[in-house]
Amino acid sequence: MSKEWPLWEIFIRGQHGLSHRHVGSLHAPNAEMAIKNARDVYTRRNEGVSIWVVEANNISASSPSEKGPLYEPSESKIYRHPTFFDIPDEVGHM
Amino acid sequence: MADVDKKMLTQFLLRMGDNTLILGHRVSEWCGHAPVLEEDIALANTALDLIGQTQFWLGYAAEIMGDSKTADDVAFLRDVWDFRNLLLLELPNGDFGQTLMRQFLFDAYQSILLPRLMKSSDQHIAEIAEKSSKEVAYHVERSAETVVGLGDGTEESHARMQAALDRLWPYVGEMFSSDEVDAAMAAAGIAPDPATLREEYDALIGKVLAEATLSIPDSDFTHKGGRNGATHTEHLGHLLTQMQWLQRAYPGVTW
Repeated sequence: MSKEWPLWEIFIRGQHGLSHRHVGSLHAPNAEMAIKNARDVYTRRNEGVSIWVVEANNISASSPSEKGPLYEPSESKIYRHPTFFDIPDEVGHM
Repeated sequence: MADVDKKMLTQFLLRMGDNTLILGHRVSEWCGHAPVLEEDIALANTALDLIGQTQFWLGYAAEIMGDSKTADDVAFLRDVWDFRNLLLLELPNGDFGQTLMRQFLFDAYQSILLPRLMKSSDQHIAEIAEKSSKEVAYHVERSAETVVGLGDGTEESHARMQAALDRLWPYVGEMFSSDEVDAAMAAAGIAPDPATLREEYDALIGKVLAEATLSIPDSDFTHKGGRNGATHTEHLGHLLTQMQWLQRAYPGVTW
């Protein structure tokens, strides 16, 4: 067994109504301590109202080397942006 | 302010403020030295909370002392024999386990005392207690969890935590050794007689230490002399030389 504590990814909601945002990572022996450590490391300046912690190895991520096949095809498909509609003036700001 | 002898009230406030001041300074000594980054910043936060509480307690004490004294004057311009903190809190940090054991033993005491003080007949004390109690609720949760994690951890961490408890246990009784100051505070409804808190304290630490698989030493022997200022340990003077150095070398300096 590794002597290192596992790595946790920390997500914090800054205000009610906003979504949790990734703020960084830290080490902790378990989820409860990860929340406490996150409180001490990432909310010292009143940054949050809610904390989520996820053990880093439970996160599956896309690979940077695949960014061509993954993202380039959408670059040429400008018709997917809803910019071709005429908005009637009466609608105002959407 | 409640109707009570001012000297007695000052002594009580010094006990409260010196406890948080001296422990706050001790805990701050870990800054940059803790075993892992997360604990380092958590200890620094705790130290800052304690110093913040000190400003309220000693600020009120200074107000009663008069002569336009401030909390800073009280913290930085008194000598060893004027301090009224528990001996437990001036002891050197020892290893990380001993530091956390001391923290837990004190946090547990504060977590029982402060809710009582929130009902103090002295409005100002009730307000300080209310503000501090939120910080203390977090401190005791954190220190208790760490004591359990290390006590019920590896063979080495268990041995270190048991050694820490054996070393610190003789300093616990002083929290509950009441005197005429406590009697005056209790009579005026300002603060409870600490002796009346022992049962609840023993129940709280008994539960946590059992979960931590640690054994409370079978001894009632108690070192005393901190909260009444009669005999501090040799360690307090050394601590003050560091803590008060700047104001002693450059009196009145500000920045």
